[in-house]
Amino acid sequence: MKADCGRWLRHVVATACALIGCALSVHAAEIPLAERRSGYEFMGRETRAMQDDDVTNPGVLWVLDGETLWNRTAGATGQACAGCHGDARTSMRGVAARYPAWDVASGRPINLEQRINACRTGRQKAAPLVYESRDLLALTAYVARQSRGMEIEIAIDERIKPSLNAGRDTFHRRQGQLNLACTQCHDDRWGKKLAGNTIPQAHPTGYPLYRLEWQGLGSLQRRLRNCMAGIRAEPYPYGAPEFVELEIYLMWRARGMKLETPAVRP
Amino acid sequence: MGTTRREFLVLAGGLAGGLALAVTAEDACATPETMQEAIRKLVGNATIRPGRVRLDLPPLIDNGNAVPMTVTVESPMTATDHVKAIHVVTEKNPLPNVVSLYLGPRAGRARVSTRVRLADTQTVTAIAELSDGTFWSDSVPVVVVLSACLEEGLI
Amino acid sequence: MARAVLSLPAKARHGEVIEIKTLIAHAMETGFRRTQLGEPIPRDIITRFVCTYNGDEIFRAELHPAIAANPLLAFTTVATESGTLEFKWSGDRGFSLTESATIAVE
Repeated sequence: MKADCGRWLRHVVATACALIGCALSVHAAEIPLAERRSGYEFMGRETRAMQDDDVTNPGVLWVLDGETLWNRTAGATGQACAGCHGDARTSMRGVAARYPAWDVASGRPINLEQRINACRTGRQKAAPLVYESRDLLALTAYVARQSRGMEIEIAIDERIKPSLNAGRDTFHRRQGQLNLACTQCHDDRWGKKLAGNTIPQAHPTGYPLYRLEWQGLGSLQRRLRNCMAGIRAEPYPYGAPEFVELEIYLMWRARGMKLETPAVRP
Repeated sequence: MGTTRREFLVLAGGLAGGLALAVTAEDACATPETMQEAIRKLVGNATIRPGRVRLDLPPLIDNGNAVPMTVTVESPMTATDHVKAIHVVTEKNPLPNVVSLYLGPRAGRARVSTRVRLADTQTVTAIAELSDGTFWSDSVPVVVVLSACLEEGLI
Repeated sequence: MARAVLSLPAKARHGEVIEIKTLIAHAMETGFRRTQLGEPIPRDIITRFVCTYNGDEIFRAELHPAIAANPLLAFTTVATESGTLEFKWSGDRGFSLTESATIAVE
């Protein structure tokens, strides 16, 4: 019943969006740095309180699982994360705020999930964790939690610049059956309504986060796949280079904003 | 389950490749009548008076899957004058009952918070049973918006 | 793996009303959702939560599918004596979890 109305309404919205966009690629203005606002500010007071309360933020269940996994040995080496990295509260402080980052070993930029898996396979000699598995989400949430409150700052040098530009291009490119580019909603129309929801600016300031719609914790890539499904585009597979490029661009776009992991979002 | 014409149009314009069948909530739905029945099962034939209960819900809800809710009842919570139970019901969820809370003088305060699911824009009602056998209630209308950009069954 | 989180003071004054918050990991599957192929997903929820204080029940809740996933329950009790608070969740498919916490009351 609820979903029937929802699907019909989204169909109407989709048609409207498709009619707006007829041109080719879109080069919209970026949001001025001082006008950037986290998705936190677009939520209701009660949802914000849910995020702020360390005891009742549902994401905390995953963070605690992550802490258990951090201390658990894995793989042929019988080593736990803690074996090399000690107390995550010190060793992981600031890490999530500067990922994705260039990985010298593989010669490409990698995100935090890939960094964790690189350690698992390369150092612990354990099987990599599957994307969106509870274990990978928990570990990522635990690591990222150690950067809560810190400013996002990813290093952009000549090696990573092509990926940043590729991510920027993806953000500005029309995609999908609705022929929409991310920038059209999130740079041009943030603050306006889409089917009753307020459009946020789309800054990845709290990932992995507890999305009320998912009734669980999920990664930035899961959210991006939702976006792509929303504009009726074929979503890239998890871990695709296109996603890492987009993550780089989004984190660069959010530079200086504070990390809120684990955030809560509608 | 039959496919209505609207559903067919949306499915036809759905994702390229892969099933476009969404995970949906359908079937039964509470009505104001089933809600009244549920209330009668909880409180019998007692008269329920508005007052003394405060039901806090956001007037505009970000997402119906998890709505913070607090119920407070004015009561000294002594052995002779306290809240025995608080029941919360809805008129448009698939089922009318949401939760029943059992307190007593050891609570100190009649105030409980939880998070509920609300299927649609509707009125939610909280009913308190006091130790003197009286029943009091509060009703709150809320607006539930749907998420844009869903997964449509895709993870 | 973390299944429940409890928050309550470790110490309290006699007669003080203390706040207790509980959060438990549970999908609270309503029984109204269907898979992508249209098959109903069976109901699987926590149906009951009981808190006892040195063995006496001080709070009870009967939960229905309308309680959100990863249920939060926050309530109060009067700190009467030092001892143990026990929290028990039970539900469909024989689900059962008990946690406890001690409190020192002066």
